[in-house]
Amino acid sequence: MHPASSIILFTTLSGLGYGLAAMLGLGLLDPALVSTKIAHVLAILLIAGGLLASTLHLGNPQRAWRALSQWRSSWLSREGVMAVATFMPLLASAWASVFHDMRLPITGLIGAAMCGVTVYCTAMIYASLRAIQAWNTPLTPACYLLFSLAGGLVLAASFATLGEGLSKWIALAGTVALAAAWGVKWAWWKRLRTMSPISTPASATGLGAIGTVRLFERPHVNENYLTREMGYKVARKHAAKLSLLATAAGGVLPCLFLSIAALSGTWMAATLCTLAVAGFALGMLVERWLFFAEARHAVMNYYGG
Amino acid sequence: MTLLPSAPPPKKLGLVIDLDVCVGCHACVISCKEWNTGGYGSALSDQDPYGADVTGTFLNRIHTFEIVPEGGEIVGEAGDARIVHFPKSCLHCDDAPCVTVCPTGASYKREEDGIVLVDEDKCIGCGLCAWSCAYGAREMDLAAGVMKKCTLCVDRIYNETLAEVDRVPSCVRTCPANARHYGDLSDPGSNVSILVAERGGFDLMPEQGTRPVNKYLPPRPRDRLADKAMPLAENSDGAKGFFAWLDGVLDRI
Repeated sequence: MHPASSIILFTTLSGLGYGLAAMLGLGLLDPALVSTKIAHVLAILLIAGGLLASTLHLGNPQRAWRALSQWRSSWLSREGVMAVATFMPLLASAWASVFHDMRLPITGLIGAAMCGVTVYCTAMIYASLRAIQAWNTPLTPACYLLFSLAGGLVLAASFATLGEGLSKWIALAGTVALAAAWGVKWAWWKRLRTMSPISTPASATGLGAIGTVRLFERPHVNENYLTREMGYKVARKHAAKLSLLATAAGGVLPCLFLSIAALSGTWMAATLCTLAVAGFALGMLVERWLFFAEARHAVMNYYGG
Repeated sequence: MTLLPSAPPPKKLGLVIDLDVCVGCHACVISCKEWNTGGYGSALSDQDPYGADVTGTFLNRIHTFEIVPEGGEIVGEAGDARIVHFPKSCLHCDDAPCVTVCPTGASYKREEDGIVLVDEDKCIGCGLCAWSCAYGAREMDLAAGVMKKCTLCVDRIYNETLAEVDRVPSCVRTCPANARHYGDLSDPGSNVSILVAERGGFDLMPEQGTRPVNKYLPPRPRDRLADKAMPLAENSDGAKGFFAWLDGVLDRI
């Protein structure tokens, strides 16, 4: 699948934003501190930025409001509805913190739960597509949810170092969430790289009973929408290297930095946590790029790819 | 509404494509593009149409496959490999994932005849339906920014201003080899259902769970060239009268 930068940005930014918003909703940070107020604003900006990025790839973005109508059958529509609805508790929580130095416990909990549901809907857009076997697994939403949680905790740890100081519990929770997220991701990669395709040129043409089917000629000499959108291929050796790179930058380093930060002084901890956030964001971008680039679409059985 | 029809449609209009007959001339591709660029919805645009990198929207494309039998040779004069031309357009699936993934209600399956269509005024061009289709039946038109797909020529088949013989999809009307057949696949007595039953018509990628309406007919078994030990021209079996006498005389000389 073609790794469109708008969609990579959307899933990365909104995943981070919802994670941070959920941690704020759970009350991990002191609502009266300036750092927490900034965290509230940042979470909303990340989510809004991600959603705006997602409209960039639309052919007719002026009609995007229509995407809220088909929640009964479409995960994309459900995601849109949940995204809009989740803004309400998040904005209320942010308002209470920024202007009244207080936390709304019930609104916060509802907001955190809705963040989780929204991220789940985002993941199910991909996981529900049977034509893309790599995505069509419950491991896909598991990865999205765990990465969002881990990102939220790493961001929350950073803001804690700038405010009340990093508690060992946040650092520990962040380390555990990071390990769980990358562990599940490696299970996802293992499945992708060892599975045998459910659809083959033989089943795509129905001619497998006669013999070995292979493409002789494409319909047209040049590329078309389908081959551009779904024919993206990444070399296996690069995919392996990139997944190691993503895990190192987005998993190993943030774990290490969080652990050291929990034992360090204020400025050292702040620096380390900022580096952890940067590493995690870089790792996520690479992971999301691979998520698309490595996935093979069944239609390529008709295009010899 | 992008829910699939709750009851099975009373009619299932679709195509039956005969892979034994298709000669790969691409006439259906051209007639499809011609009819549908001026018919239902926005035009089927081309990008860089006179340049080196021409590309465009098509609702019907012909792929060509090479099939090598078990233990067979690669393509060659006496080998057993064969070429099959493979027309592909929307299969108007009963369980069309392209319909249910649509977030706007633009993509729908008609309750009366099962045709899958796009209401272009509602389409936001997100491309998710094209992703959901294992068959590559949907292509985004880059000029209009909306999804295009085979309409089964819905603006021909019910069009009473056309002569009755023309009230079939453009590709079917055009095919010079008669490889494409159109009809109601829910009616076991229809021409297309009989073809499917007699020739062993099959679904593409049944494992995708889409239950396509369109069916494909397999190529008929072919004589193996290797089984014909003696070239036809050297065989005089069955000669009668003067030719039998001449055959005998010439053998004796």
